[in-house]
Amino acid sequence: MESKRVVVVGNGMVGHHFVETLVGKSAGAHITVIGEEPRPAYDRVHLSDVFAGRAPEELAMADRDTYKEWGVDAHFGDPVVKIERNKKEVVTQLGRRFAYDKLVLATGSYPFVPPVPGHENKRCLTYRTIDDLGEIKARAKDSRVGVVVGGGLLGLECANALQNLGLETHVVEFAPGLMGVQLDEGGSRMLRRKVEALGVSVHTGKNTQNIGKGDSCALKMEFADGSELETDMVVFSAGIRPRDNLAREFELAVGERGGIVVDANLLTTDSNIYCIGESALYDGRIYGLVAPGYRMAEAAAAQIAGEEARFTGADMSTKLKLLGVDVGSIGDAHGRTAGSISFVFSDEREDVYKRIVTSGDGKQLLGAVLVGDCSGYDSLLQYHLNAIELPPEPQALIAPAAGEAPVLGAAALPVTATVCSCHNVTKGDIVDAIDAGCCSVGDVKGSTRASSGCGGCAAMLKNLVDDELTSRGVSVDKSICEHFPYTRQELYHLAQVGETRTFDAMLHQHGKGHGCDICKPAIASILASLWNDHVLDTPHIGLQDTNDTFMANMQKDGTYSIVPRVAGGEITPEKLIAIGQVAQKYDLYTKITGGQRVDLFGARLEQLPPIWQELIDAGFETGHAYGKALRTVKSCVGNSWCRFGVQDSVGMAIRIEDRYKGLRAPHKLKSAVSGCTRECAEAQSKDFGVIATEHGWNLYVCGNGGMKPRHADLFATDLDDQTLISYIDRFLMFYIRTADRLQRTSTWMDNLEGGIDYLREVVIEDSLGLAAELEAQMTSIVGTYQCEWKTTLRDPDKLKRFRAFVNSDETDNGVVFVKEREQIRPARAEERLRLVASSK
Amino acid sequence: MTAAEKLNWEVVCRRDDLVAQSGVCARVGEAQVALFYLPGEEQQVYALNNRDPIGGANVLSRGIVGDVGGRLVVASPLYKQHFDLNTGECLEESGVSVEAYKVRIEGDTVLIRN
Ligand code: SRM
Ligand SMILES: Cc1cc2nc3c(=O)[nH]c(=O)nc-3n(C[C@H](O)[C@H](O)[C@H](O)COP(=O)(O)OP(=O)(O)OC[C@H]3O[C@@H](n4cnc5c(N)ncnc54)[C@H](O)[C@@H]3O)c2cc1C
Ligand code: SF4
Ligand code: FES
Repeated sequence: MESKRVVVVGNGMVGHHFVETLVGKSAGAHITVIGEEPRPAYDRVHLSDVFAGRAPEELAMADRDTYKEWGVDAHFGDPVVKIERNKKEVVTQLGRRFAYDKLVLATGSYPFVPPVPGHENKRCLTYRTIDDLGEIKARAKDSRVGVVVGGGLLGLECANALQNLGLETHVVEFAPGLMGVQLDEGGSRMLRRKVEALGVSVHTGKNTQNIGKGDSCALKMEFADGSELETDMVVFSAGIRPRDNLAREFELAVGERGGIVVDANLLTTDSNIYCIGESALYDGRIYGLVAPGYRMAEAAAAQIAGEEARFTGADMSTKLKLLGVDVGSIGDAHGRTAGSISFVFSDEREDVYKRIVTSGDGKQLLGAVLVGDCSGYDSLLQYHLNAIELPPEPQALIAPAAGEAPVLGAAALPVTATVCSCHNVTKGDIVDAIDAGCCSVGDVKGSTRASSGCGGCAAMLKNLVDDELTSRGVSVDKSICEHFPYTRQELYHLAQVGETRTFDAMLHQHGKGHGCDICKPAIASILASLWNDHVLDTPHIGLQDTNDTFMANMQKDGTYSIVPRVAGGEITPEKLIAIGQVAQKYDLYTKITGGQRVDLFGARLEQLPPIWQELIDAGFETGHAYGKALRTVKSCVGNSWCRFGVQDSVGMAIRIEDRYKGLRAPHKLKSAVSGCTRECAEAQSKDFGVIATEHGWNLYVCGNGGMKPRHADLFATDLDDQTLISYIDRFLMFYIRTADRLQRTSTWMDNLEGGIDYLREVVIEDSLGLAAELEAQMTSIVGTYQCEWKTTLRDPDKLKRFRAFVNSDETDNGVVFVKEREQIRPARAEERLRLVASSK
Repeated sequence: MTAAEKLNWEVVCRRDDLVAQSGVCARVGEAQVALFYLPGEEQQVYALNNRDPIGGANVLSRGIVGDVGGRLVVASPLYKQHFDLNTGECLEESGVSVEAYKVRIEGDTVLIRN
């Protein structure tokens, strides 16, 4: 039999997926691909990643070589302009002709630009292709202000891009709210609050009437209501329109508002011509997402290969992060189904909005809107897609009592449940992959392609894979590194039970090899938490990160910074002067830190001991800025001075800092004490924070600033001084015993089964019977405290390490400073070259 | 060892100057050389140029030593890349390496091949 000639017009995401699927069926078709864009298909969905630094080449989905390997004839940069249906041939712009038995139109869509006078200005752009992206970037270079017309999904993505490019960003929307298609009014309002909080100005209900020349900017937009907005560039993102021109010209049926009409077989009104993707109109509807397009591609490919397959519509639920805001929309988000009822949760303090729409009897989930917190999306989507009966109190699915929300575990899903909608992978497919030998998320991803599209299903996939592996008795490898087949917690217990005091002994008894920069500091920290020996005692010397080894923080040029402890941030004028004198004498860069103390930068290795000698003589101690240990306990001035203060917050901060100073932990520890509820010391951003009340102290735990801020949870209220300290003792020791390496209290808590309630049981109710032991261990650590610098200065052997060279008194000539704002800083590479050259 | 070979070896420091399971730095002519002392190994001492080519500072002697995938290494204290103590190769970034020197210990003396 002669092989069937299949010609595909358009090499976008869906066109490519069609080719890939058809090739996979080995149906003996001869495939020709004709694309208008100069490059093979790429991942349009992740186009915006390029603004965040991803290279455009990384978005490629296909390349010329692969097509060649597949025997696919591919032509780029030359669009099809004619379909000669009687001859069954298409003609390109360059006049090339291709004959077909089956023709597939996958021409996608184009951005709609409203015909406003002035829209043809070269500062008015659109956003759909890699080429568009280049133009936006180029235009942004000489722009200060940017406007996106359109507040839908793409518009907001585009706004994010403009913001990333450093422009003052505005979104102009014709409708009364943002993302009106996917969100209901409440969700849309919440999204607006969040977007505005991120610095993007939102203008809704604006009908643009003219784009003219601006006064302070290049352009001025004039709106129907008489208002104006000046901007240097405009990006139109006011919706998409199907590219159906070929169908119109060559007499295939198109919809009233555009789109090439197809039936469930994806056939147009010509039985040799298919249409798939965003240019297709099925059942009166355009599917503007990639997953439904893929389903169409698969169905069309199957039919051409002689299989039975139909397209019967697709789910349009989406979960996205727009400008860093989580947004989810499922099914009937607006509650338009007759007889449906809604449950709404809105929290304007945390800026979270959730709504679920259910059938009148509350048993079926018809739709949902989530803004600000999409953690429930996966479960909700599964309820919706698989028509799983809702729990009797469906509102619990969105109510904030997070711990109790009935999360739909992977185990509860039917095998037919779709886990990855981009690649149409069901739970059954994943289970099969694991049965066939996959034993990690990576393996499953490689074999089923789940989670390699939009990535929205990653969390669900991981859950499912872990669950399946565990149920098969496969243990997931949690070893700390190649030298020890244990977690940090297990190592802690081994050291404690075996009363092991050195790394060598640990390695000998429980590990192999020499150790490395992961297990050495981790075990050094465990040993310090248990036995509290000096960090520079001989057996511990090689274990510490350089900061611990030299008890100072290494800077980019190899010099160090010095931070003396200033407990609670309280300091006498004499001590301040002493710090100033030392800094002056050694010409150190001086800065007030974010932790209420003073940092001195630019000390050479060999200068550390004399500097510390002077600081210690002036009454200072080490501040452990270098250690995974207690850092600072910030305070506010409290009731001694402040008219609102209700307790002595400075006194308590100093008491806490003195108690836990030097305590080694899995990660650094920070604390703060505020004198009243105004919270000037920011205690709720700390690992443990204390806020004064009329009757005592409220204790907060597991807060974090830094990379992933988390507010601390209120742990216990109105405590007296002694109870406060004993709770903190227990809390810290329990953390030290059970946390992972480099896991701060916030992530530790997030991973603790049972969460804060469990922690309360252990610490307050003593459910494990550990309280006395934890307190005793803390007391022993407190009792063995030493200022590491003081001890070091008394020990000539330890001091030996503080030399630039073992065989010379010279100093490191790689350290070069320049002056800036009257203080030193490390010379930059080019400055250094100049300075070194001129000194020769 | 012949007299000629002996001529090429220069005394750097004493065994006492080294710190076991860790590094120190020595001056050899104009160069800064990081010396790592692993008494358990047959060779006992290893030498790399002290300059971290990635961080651009003279700090390798202050890194943690250990083994990764069977190779003896030091981890740079700046950005934690590993350098092979025998060859100077960077494990993470192919093409990046530091100079590795021949060293040995004779009795109490540490010698380097110049
Ligand atoms: C000096 C200081 C900045 C300043 O000029 O103000 C600073 C400087 C450094 N911070 Fe910080 N942090 C300083 C306050 C903070 C704060 C604010 C605070 O403590 O109130 C935070 C956010 C609060 C928090 O930790 O929750 C902070 C969050 C971080 C983080 C991110 C931690 C996280 O959990 O995400 C790191 C990285 C790390 O620890 O892994 C870090 C790491 C560092 C290091 C140690 C990075 C390094 O390894 O070189 C910096 C060197 C310090 C040095 O050379 O002395 N620094 N750092 C502040 C010292 C405070 C002090 O007196 O000890
Ligand atoms: C910035 C951005 C973000 C997006 N984010 C998401 C998301 O998060 N989730 C999601 O599901 N979807 C998202 N989408 C939508 C998704 O990209 C589309 O649904 C998908 O690309 C549609 O694929 P397609 O192949 O039908 O059309 P396209 O990808 O547009 O491909 C059509 C191709 O056909 C070519 N063509 C047109 N006419 C001719 C002709 N006559 N001859 C030859 N070639 C022709 C075009 O040049 C184009 O290359 C996003 C889109 C954009 C622009
Ligand atoms: S927290 Fe209260 S006591 Fe402390 S400074 Fe602020 S207002 Fe005053
Ligand atoms: S749902 Fe998009 S990758 Fe799985």
